[in-house]
Amino acid sequence: MTMRRALSRMANPQLLALVGVLLINWILFPNFFRITWQDGRLFGSVIDVLNRGAPVAILAIGMVGVIATKGVDLSVGAVMAVAGAVAATLVVAGYPAPVAVVAALLVGLLCGLWNGFLVAVLDIQPIVATLVLMVAGRGIAQLITEGFIVTFNDPLLVFIGTGSLLGLPMATVIAIAMLVLVTLLVRKTAIGLFIEAVGVNRAAATLAGIRSRMLLMLVYGLSGLCAAVAGLIVAGDIRGADANNAGLWLELDAILAVVIGGTSLLGGRFSVPLAVVGALIIQAMNTGILVSGFPPEFNLIVKAALIFLVLIIQSPLATRVVVVKRPVREAGK
Amino acid sequence: MSIITKLALAAGLATALSSAVLAQDVSGKVIGFSQIGSESGWRAAETAVTRQQAEERGVDLKFADAQQKQENQIKAIRGFIAQGVDAILVAPVVATGWDDVLAEAKEAEIPVVLLDRGVDAPEDLYLTSVASDQVKEGRVAGEWLVEAVGDEDCNVVELQGTVGSTPAINRKAGFEEAIAGHDNITISQSQTGDFTRSKGKEVMEAFIKASNNAADICAVYAHNDDMAVGAIQAIKDAGLKPGEDILVVSIDAVPDIFSAIAAGEANATVELTPNMAGPAFDALAAYWADGTEPEKFIITESKLYTADSDPQGEYERRKDLGY
Repeated sequence: MTMRRALSRMANPQLLALVGVLLINWILFPNFFRITWQDGRLFGSVIDVLNRGAPVAILAIGMVGVIATKGVDLSVGAVMAVAGAVAATLVVAGYPAPVAVVAALLVGLLCGLWNGFLVAVLDIQPIVATLVLMVAGRGIAQLITEGFIVTFNDPLLVFIGTGSLLGLPMATVIAIAMLVLVTLLVRKTAIGLFIEAVGVNRAAATLAGIRSRMLLMLVYGLSGLCAAVAGLIVAGDIRGADANNAGLWLELDAILAVVIGGTSLLGGRFSVPLAVVGALIIQAMNTGILVSGFPPEFNLIVKAALIFLVLIIQSPLATRVVVVKRPVREAGK
Repeated sequence: MSIITKLALAAGLATALSSAVLAQDVSGKVIGFSQIGSESGWRAAETAVTRQQAEERGVDLKFADAQQKQENQIKAIRGFIAQGVDAILVAPVVATGWDDVLAEAKEAEIPVVLLDRGVDAPEDLYLTSVASDQVKEGRVAGEWLVEAVGDEDCNVVELQGTVGSTPAINRKAGFEEAIAGHDNITISQSQTGDFTRSKGKEVMEAFIKASNNAADICAVYAHNDDMAVGAIQAIKDAGLKPGEDILVVSIDAVPDIFSAIAAGEANATVELTPNMAGPAFDALAAYWADGTEPEKFIITESKLYTADSDPQGEYERRKDLGY
């Protein structure tokens, strides 16, 4: 029974798609799965996927809650830039690194709560509310860095971006930790259920006694916090805060990861782990394109074609074809 | 008074006179400058150097930041015309849509000098344009590599700029031109790093894995210094020595690449000078002095910097320009 259950879980379209993309990479580049030990850390293309995919995975972890409430957070890319800028300018100004990290996380949380305030209290539509910070955030980051790429050599910030723990890149470790924490938060408490309830029908959920304003503030705050973490990683990775480019367009990748992960933009049911799988699919594609030697002019087309394929695999039609063989399970879940 | 002191005095007087004459040409003039915005470090440096040049020459510079919008630039130029400035410098954000406003400036007999980028407008609507030759930048980088590797076989990986952008196309073409006759040098892999550090690092990581853990890579050519800085970090993460195991050559000459060159982690960079205003002021001075029509396209120098050109000093000179 457990075996069959495990198998049927394996058969979900997201994991199939991930395996498919990895296989394509392997065909195009036979050394794709080769992993070596280098300077006390694992080294190989698969590790690159885990490392480079971490920022979008972390954004997706925050984004999935927002989207499950029928919202969207367009500001995460800009918030990444703000968080990186805050941390970098603080350490350059001589503040201790832990202070800079905490300040960056707080600023991210604050940005998220601002979005939550606009959506929950002022009832502005999420796409418009978060668009404000998407535009303003990058400007704020540029103001903080005064247009420079603020470079630093602080050991803690560099460790967050490029360090390793147990052989795994630090970014990956952070992403796994956040995945576990947030999954426990939404699945071992009633918060997940509340999020789904608000996403399906906010008015009904409020009438049923859910403090939906509070809950919306929470999911947007979490999204901002995740963006700040991703921003710290990206800044640490290049040892500098690049206000113009840090996190640029990553909000779209995060939304795509969540959607690939099977969460509907119309709110309701959601899955945090599958959103992370979605992020890994996107990064596996990116890394695959880089190692395969395609001319760069094809990058976007290849990516679009693959995403199209992934979306078809998990479309209702494809699900129906698969479900014919095991009809009851889906309904029972 | 000895003959030598007389000569020295005369020479000093002559210098003073000639510099006074030079300075007089544009000094006291009011010149408007419509800058694109603060899109990159180089742009900030261009603004800083333009202000510096204006101050040195006694120009009253009216600065307008367009925040990456053409309508703001057009508004700024109309504003300059209304104020009756003596000349206008424009760094156009896009190539098209300038005909009307340039015609208005011509009508008002205000010479316009384009900085850094060209426009699709009739040539008689502006005095001249000052820009770098991006193909030449790529060629200088390629020529350096040809010289550096000599007869040895060399696989180059290329970090391109944003796909389809003019500097990426031109810098690629120039580099390929330079290595064309040398069969020992081939571009083994080429991908876009979007002109950013993080993408440069990510792409370089992938290149290293795709080429036998970098055993097959002899050099990296990056279309800008930022991508090179990212690539240098990727090379270090792979346990290799940038600058030795893999040669690093790039374009722009921003301060951070000079610290890398000083540390022996990068080998060469080609300067995209932020001093576009200097030649523009010179052209205006000549034009006002005796009506000399300058050439339509003034090309700035593409200077090569290596470890021999005092990288630490260059870093100090540039670090406060706003890069």
